[in-house]
Amino acid sequence: MFNNIAELVNLAETQNKKIYEIMLEQEMKATGLSKDEIINKMKENYTVMKAAIEKGMQGVTSKSGMTGGDAKRLSAYRNSGNYLTDYTLISAICYAVATNEVNASMGLICATPTAGSSGVLPAVMFAAQEKLQAEEEVVINHLFTAGAIGYIIANNASISGAAGGCQAEVGSASAMAAAAVTEMAGGTPSQAAHAMAMALKNMLGLSCDPVAGLVEVPCIKRNAAGAVNAFAAAEMALAGVESRIPWDEVISAMYRIGLSMPIALKETALGGLAATETGKCWREKIQ
Amino acid sequence: MKYKSIFDIIGPIMVGPSSSHTAGAVRIGQIARRIFGMEPEEIHIHFYGSFAETYKGHATDIAVIAGLLDFETDDPRIQDAILIAQKKGIQIHFYTEEIVPSHPNTLEIKLVKGDETLELTGISVGGGAVQISELNGFSLNLSGENPAMLIYHKDAYGVVASVAVILANHKINISRMNVSRIERDSMALMVIETDQTIQEEILKEIGLKDNVKKVYVLSA
Repeated sequence: MFNNIAELVNLAETQNKKIYEIMLEQEMKATGLSKDEIINKMKENYTVMKAAIEKGMQGVTSKSGMTGGDAKRLSAYRNSGNYLTDYTLISAICYAVATNEVNASMGLICATPTAGSSGVLPAVMFAAQEKLQAEEEVVINHLFTAGAIGYIIANNASISGAAGGCQAEVGSASAMAAAAVTEMAGGTPSQAAHAMAMALKNMLGLSCDPVAGLVEVPCIKRNAAGAVNAFAAAEMALAGVESRIPWDEVISAMYRIGLSMPIALKETALGGLAATETGKCWREKIQ
Repeated sequence: MKYKSIFDIIGPIMVGPSSSHTAGAVRIGQIARRIFGMEPEEIHIHFYGSFAETYKGHATDIAVIAGLLDFETDDPRIQDAILIAQKKGIQIHFYTEEIVPSHPNTLEIKLVKGDETLELTGISVGGGAVQISELNGFSLNLSGENPAMLIYHKDAYGVVASVAVILANHKINISRMNVSRIERDSMALMVIETDQTIQEEILKEIGLKDNVKKVYVLSA
């Protein structure tokens, strides 16, 4: 059993295992299900994640009409070959937006950890899968790495925007993705934990201020930011960069920031972007 | 530990856009439908608080109708739920209320079929979890996560005991129980949550007991 990141890394290192193996074993104990049953359940999540990305890239529009079509734009931009950074990064941006546009259009998604932050993890994992030419099975395994991190954050801090702001949703998703992609790229459990901590630190204080209370603006584009941030943290960790603040202290900082954040910035649509002139106009238009 | 399984974190698979305003609304509708036990001819939905303000943008209206058609939270037909219901000839009415509820995500459902009616108040508490707080004027606290039996009976001595004996005879364990009444000697509602699923024959046996008027069942 593990209750925090330090215990998780310690278990993995002393048994010479990957983080995902430790998570799988714990899930088997907690549910009584077999390894195959658990992996097959995760495979269903994997399939839904992949289908959402494909659907989003074809172009969808949200129920309110406020958002949509940007993943299609990003996909065409990527296919043009004429982009600023690199294929993996532009793919991650495209996939994150695609998933969240599908969410806003009432399409089928897998909450990771929430519906509003559902684009980050699939974006990072599928963009990295192409880069590393990883088998489907390898990606599914590392979704357990992401889950282990999310499980610890959810139990020691929060994954709810109403309770902890967007740092608890996209921030947690970014931290989960950073650890998973670091391990998938060959990083050690400790490097994965550093990636988690660095990703989360970069998202601390992020408010949840959705326009008209809808899971659209700024949520969709923030998922792209969470994905890119996960890659930045993973690259740093794989290069040997370490978080100066210990892993679990970063999670507790996120929790305390969430508690002290004003209500207007915690999913009430009363502050931040929701309270701008344009934000208010959208609110009236939708009602 | 608040979260016990990895699938609380990676999952659930659901139709967007919001776990509380969409998935939760589907669940409330589904519970109402299962208690009612049949397809309604008329549906009346009253939205309160945050639901009243943002139900259109979050598709809470579509989601609750989807639940009333007994769709699951990941059913792709959710999007077309209102159209599907209208094609079946079901009459649907939505109302927004200005009264401030105790929880911001509250909705009230009234179902009609012939002489049968059902009135239910549900709250979406977050992350897709829900609570039923009122049924036909009786207050209760039902999550819908466990199998449950709702017994509408005359407020008289011995009814609770006779139901408990039947459950004990069938080796059904009660995990939670609540009895509420509107006034003394009138009608009461007994809500029993169990560990095991309750079979049809047990329901019939309870339905035949003195003072028991109606038995509803809710499978988890």
